[in-house]
Amino acid sequence: MSSVLRPAVSLIVLMTLITGVAYPLVVTGVAQVAFPDQANGSLVYDDHEKVIGSELIAQNFTGEEWFHPRPSAGAYATVASGASNLAPSNPALATRVAEDAAKEKVDSQGPVPLNLLTTSGSGLDPHLTPAAAEYQVSRIAAARNLPRESVQKLVADNTQTSLIGPPVVNVLDLNLGLNRLPSGKAVN
Amino acid sequence: MHGYDYLLILAFFSLVLLPAPLLGRFYYNVMEGKRTFLTPVMGPVERICYRLSGVDPSIEQNWKTYTIALLAFNLAGFVVLFAILLLQGSLPLNPQGLPGMEWSLAFNTTMSFVTNTNWQSYSGEASLSYLSQMAGLTVQNFVSAATGIAVLVAFCRGISRRSTQHLGNFWADMTRATLYGLLPLCLVLALMLVWQGVPQTFAHYVDAVTLQGTDQALPLGPAASQIAIKQLGTNGGGFFGVNSAHPFENPTIWSNLFELVSIILIPVALVFTFGHYVKDMRQSRAIIACMLALFLIGGATAMWAEYQPNPALNVASVEQTAPMEGKETRFGTTATVLWAATTTAASNGSVNGMHDSLNPLTGMIALANMMVGEVIFGGVGAGLYGMLLNVLIAVFLAGLMIGRTPEYLGKKLQAREVKLLVATLIVMPVGVLVFGALAASLPGPAGAVSNPGAHGFSQLLYAYTSATANNGSAFGGFSGNTTFHNLMLGLSMFIGRFGYILPVLALAGSLAAKKSSPLGQNSFPTHGPLFVTLLTVTILLVGGLTFLPTLALGPIAEHLSLGF
Repeated sequence: MSSVLRPAVSLIVLMTLITGVAYPLVVTGVAQVAFPDQANGSLVYDDHEKVIGSELIAQNFTGEEWFHPRPSAGAYATVASGASNLAPSNPALATRVAEDAAKEKVDSQGPVPLNLLTTSGSGLDPHLTPAAAEYQVSRIAAARNLPRESVQKLVADNTQTSLIGPPVVNVLDLNLGLNRLPSGKAVN
Repeated sequence: MHGYDYLLILAFFSLVLLPAPLLGRFYYNVMEGKRTFLTPVMGPVERICYRLSGVDPSIEQNWKTYTIALLAFNLAGFVVLFAILLLQGSLPLNPQGLPGMEWSLAFNTTMSFVTNTNWQSYSGEASLSYLSQMAGLTVQNFVSAATGIAVLVAFCRGISRRSTQHLGNFWADMTRATLYGLLPLCLVLALMLVWQGVPQTFAHYVDAVTLQGTDQALPLGPAASQIAIKQLGTNGGGFFGVNSAHPFENPTIWSNLFELVSIILIPVALVFTFGHYVKDMRQSRAIIACMLALFLIGGATAMWAEYQPNPALNVASVEQTAPMEGKETRFGTTATVLWAATTTAASNGSVNGMHDSLNPLTGMIALANMMVGEVIFGGVGAGLYGMLLNVLIAVFLAGLMIGRTPEYLGKKLQAREVKLLVATLIVMPVGVLVFGALAASLPGPAGAVSNPGAHGFSQLLYAYTSATANNGSAFGGFSGNTTFHNLMLGLSMFIGRFGYILPVLALAGSLAAKKSSPLGQNSFPTHGPLFVTLLTVTILLVGGLTFLPTLALGPIAEHLSLGF
C-alpha cells in the first residue's frame, strides 16, 4: 500500500509547490518587472495620483453630458460582476430592449444601436461600438454646449481598430477626453 | 462578416494546425522519456520529484497497478483541494478575508477541478482566496490535464505494443506531462496575457473613486498564471466569475486569440502523438480529418445561426443586427461564436460571452458538441482516448458489415473489448438523461432554471450535459449552487471522468496483451476517406440517436417558437 500512498501524497505536495507556488510566483515576478502597469490592473490616475478606475473596467456614467457605457446586468458591480443570462426567447429581454430603445431614441437619427441596448457578458464591458458612441454625440454636444464636430472628432480619435476584431471605443477614455475639451461657449 | 472576421478565423486555424505535428512529436518524446530541448532545465526537477516520492520511472506498471496509482493520486488531490476550500478562511493569502466554502459547494468545486471539468457554482472574485485559486485550483488544473495525457499514452501503448502487460509508469507519465507538456507553455502564455492586460499580483483589491465619484473595488490577483493553464489544460474554470468575458481575464481581441488557440492547441497536437506511437501518421490524419469535419459542421452552423437578428427584438426603434446580449463589444459575434464552438468541442468550458443568451441553434451546437462525448478534439488526452473509443466502435461496425473479426492496427477486437466499449457508451446517457430527468422531475431542483419555456429545459439539459462531458461551461442563469445540484452534478462529473478512464485503461491492458497480426489484404483500412466517413457517421449516430429528442424539446422548440 505504501508503494502507492507515498508517491501519491508526495507528488501532490510537490506538484502543489511547483505549479501552485513556484509557477505563479515566477509569473508574478517577471510580470511585475516587464509589464507593471498591466499586471496591477491597468489603473487610471487623476492629476492627484488618485485611482479613478481601470482602463479595462466599465464604470457607470449617468447624466446628459457623459458618454454612457452599455447597460450592465449587475449594475456595474465588480465583486462579483454578472450577466443577464436572458434567453433570446425570454419576454423580459424584449420588454427591456423596447423600453430602453424608447428612452434612448433620438428622432433625428436612425434606430438605436443594439450595442447600447444590450448588457454585456461581463457586465463590465469598457467599450462601445463607434456607432453606439456616435449615437450619443448630439446629446453630449448639446449638454456641454460644444460644437458637435469636436465631440464627433473625439469619438473618431479614440476609435481603436484591429486586424482581427471589430473597432471599439473606450468609454472612460472618451469621458476623460470630454473633460479635456475646452469648455463650451454659451450660445446666446 | 467583415475582413477582420475572416482574418481571425484564418489566424485561429493556422495557429492551431501548423504547430501541431511538431508539438505532437515533442509530446511523444517527452512521454517516452527521450531527451528534448527542455531536458537541461526540467530534467533536474523531474529527478528530484522521483527521488522525493520514491518513484523509479523505469519500472513499468500493468493496467491494474497503473489504474490504482492514478486513482490514489486523484484521491490525494481531492482531499487536499477539499480541505483548502473548506479552510481557506483560516489559511494565508486571503487579503479579502473570505470565509471557507459551504461543504456541498466545496465538494462540487473539488470534483469539478479534479475531473478536469471546472463547472463553477461560485464566483471566484467573491468566494475564493488567492491561496485557493493558486495552490488549490491551479494545481488541479495542471494535474487533471496531466492525468488525461497519462491515460491517453497508456492507451496508445496498449494499442501499439504487443504481448505485454506493461503500459508505462503513471507517476512518470503524470510528472512528465506536467513539467514538460504544460508548465513551459503556461509560462509563455501567462506572460503574453499580462502583456495584454491580465492582472498578476498578490496585492489587495484596489479601491477606486470613479470619474463621477462612486466607489469601485477593482478585483485583482494572480490571474494570468491561472488563466493560462485553465485554457491550455482544457479546464476552463475562470479566475473571475464571468470567465473570459471579464475584461481582466480577457482584455483584448489579441488575448482572446491567444486564449482561444490555447483551448485546442494540445488536443490537436496529441493526435499526432498517437501517430508516433503506432508509427503510422496516416491514422493521425484520418482522425484529424474526422474531428475537423465535425468541428466545421458545428462551427459553420453556429456562425450562421448567431448572425440572425432575434425576431423578438424586431421593433422600429431598435437596430436589427446580430444579437449582442451577453457579448462583449471587443469580441463581437465572430469571436464569440468561434469560442463557443471551440470550448464545447474541446471540453474546455471557458466562455467569452454568455451561452445562455446565444440564439437557440447556436446553443444547440454547443450542446451537441458536448453530447457526442467531447471527442471533437476534446479535453487534453481525454478527447483523443474518447475518439479512439469511437474509432474502435466504427471498426467493430465495419467488421460486422464485412463479416470478419474486427481488427484495429493488427489488434483483434473480441468480446471483452466490445463489452468495455459498450460500458463507455452508457456514461453520457446516464449522466445526462437519467440524472437530468431526475433533476427535471423534482420541483425543487427544476426550479433552478431562470428562463421560461423551452429555454428553461435547455438550461437544465446544458448543466447535466456539461457536467457529464466534463466541459464546465453553463447556461449561466441556471442556479446550480444548491445542495441537490452540487451533489448530483458532482456525481455526473465523477462518472463522466472515471466512467471512461477505467474502461479505457482496462482496454489498454487487454489490447497490450494481444499478439499483433500483420495487416493483410483482408483488414479494413482505417485511414482512407471511407473510414473517415464511417467514423464521422458513427459519432453522429451514437450521439444523435441518444440525444436528438432532448434537443427537439429544448433549442429546436425555442428556435421555432421565436419565428426565425
